Amino acid sequence: MITLTGSTRGGSRTSAPRPVQRSAPPRRSPGSGFDGWWPWLFVLPTLFGVLIFYIWPIIQTGYLSFTKTGAFGGEEWIGAVNYATMLQDGNVWRALVNTLIYTGIVLAGIPLALMMANLVNRPGLRFASFYRVLFFMPYIAMPTAVALVWRMIYNGDFGILNWMLSLVGIDGPYWTSTPGFAIVSVGVVGMWASLGFGIIILGAALKNISPDYYEAAQLDGASRFRQFTSITVPLVTPSLFFVTIISVINGFQLFDLLYAIMGQYNPALVQSQSLVYIFYNQAFIQNDKGYAAAIGVLILVVIGVVTLFQFRMQKKWVNYV
Amino acid sequence: MSEQMTETRAILTQSDGTSKRSTGYSPALSGSNGVGTHVTLCLIGFVMVFPFIWQVIISLSTNAQVMSVPPTFWPGDVQWGNYVTVFTKLPFLDQLGVSIGITVIRVAGQVALCAMAGYAFARMRFSGKGIILTVILSILMVPPQVYLIPQFQIIQTLGLLNTVLGIALPGIFSAFGVFLMRQIFLGLPLELEEAARLDGANPFQIFWKIMLPLAMPGISALVIITTLWSWNDLLWPLVVTTYADKMPLSAGLATLQGSITTDYTVMMAASVMAMAPVLILFIALQRRVVEGLAFSGSK
Repeated sequence: MITLTGSTRGGSRTSAPRPVQRSAPPRRSPGSGFDGWWPWLFVLPTLFGVLIFYIWPIIQTGYLSFTKTGAFGGEEWIGAVNYATMLQDGNVWRALVNTLIYTGIVLAGIPLALMMANLVNRPGLRFASFYRVLFFMPYIAMPTAVALVWRMIYNGDFGILNWMLSLVGIDGPYWTSTPGFAIVSVGVVGMWASLGFGIIILGAALKNISPDYYEAAQLDGASRFRQFTSITVPLVTPSLFFVTIISVINGFQLFDLLYAIMGQYNPALVQSQSLVYIFYNQAFIQNDKGYAAAIGVLILVVIGVVTLFQFRMQKKWVNYV
Repeated sequence: MSEQMTETRAILTQSDGTSKRSTGYSPALSGSNGVGTHVTLCLIGFVMVFPFIWQVIISLSTNAQVMSVPPTFWPGDVQWGNYVTVFTKLPFLDQLGVSIGITVIRVAGQVALCAMAGYAFARMRFSGKGIILTVILSILMVPPQVYLIPQFQIIQTLGLLNTVLGIALPGIFSAFGVFLMRQIFLGLPLELEEAARLDGANPFQIFWKIMLPLAMPGISALVIITTLWSWNDLLWPLVVTTYADKMPLSAGLATLQGSITTDYTVMMAASVMAMAPVLILFIALQRRVVEGLAFSGSK
């Protein structure tokens, strides 16, 4: 029949007018509608891996959350005790609040990211890729490595931040070891580190806006600022929504920066823990896997509720063209 | 026959060309190279990279200079020796090896497995396809803490704690990767496969010789994201390793103990070297990285 290569054979036959059948390509295996065992060869490795390393562990965590880990390993069924303990555990609530504070600070960076993306994506801007590199470096750099630098910057005795503050007469605190200040300090680093993500996603959205809108607005005499608020912002709301969703999910995963900036022996650590930090501490330091599993379920529920809420709210502010 | 060929070529060029198409802002708005714009961009850029500059400065100073107030902005006598000390005081080379090992295994494993599964879900027909896909994608909605403890127990049971394979293994299976690759293959034209099938190619040949090369934009996005994740990840390596020389760099830096924690200059030299490989690679491939990240975000 028709081949890609054999162009010499039967040339005369194909030259006869032939109805174009673009819309209905020939079925791959007529009759059966299935591709035999080939698909399984493609899918089974992934399916087995996912079942063993993800699905089974998820079920197992659900079970673990109703158990108490014995001194010599092994679990003992204790019902919903872990959940009851958790709801009365001040540290867990504190961690939830800290996680929310951190996430809030990271979210506050999204408008900044939009403005930066807008600046760096101006048409005909020279050195644009140079600026883009500067902007996304914090996002791709290893969090534990940059955390060590920020520890130096925040240092209460000889950090450069407090020196700068002293120039304007402010006596800066021990940023990373004072409860309250610590989580905000970590949040600022989180915001700095995630700006690059927003800039990339929002930058891509900006490039897709048709120039016609701006031309029309200019004919109408709209100022640059007016064009930004009335054209740019509404047209990138779907991407803003996406960045917000991802930022919240990542915000709730706060661990690396907190762990590496504060260190394991920080006096303010108990008041500054995040949910994931408490989870890690309970599971692998205190070795109370049952309780940690319950906290894991809590993280799942909180992220689920917040994300669902955001999807509900999107009708109020996201414009889909 | 020749008709078919031109069609094939047309499809090929089309799917090639679309990625390079770039729209933009209004040309009427150009002329944005005013001094003000560049001053603003430079100021913001400086704030963004200041921590990196400061990191390099500290890594080349003496500890006395680091602890001086006001700060020493430039060490008159550059201390390259700090970088040498990293290798004697820390198991840096071991950790670098672990980092490279887990990144290579995860990237290679994910690309192979996710591309195959993604292709099957996009283009093949088999019973239970919808359910299997739903099961795999459902783990995207679950935070890692929900499967981390049993994953640790599995790795422990397999005797893989403190091994490169143990750190890399769960990460070679990726629901995100399957989803991304499926989206790529769904977007490719059907006609090419039909032609190859009629030509007598089996499904693996079609996948390997025709579809995979066309899916390169998606694969490079997956490589970029997986490299970032496995190089930078802290929580999982921290859980499955206990010895400093078995840890990747991220965990090694986070668990520095003893006298080294007050040896600021060596610590900074180590952190510079730990982030440098991926940072330099990604800056060199800047355009592709930005495209890849934006691409995965748009799916």
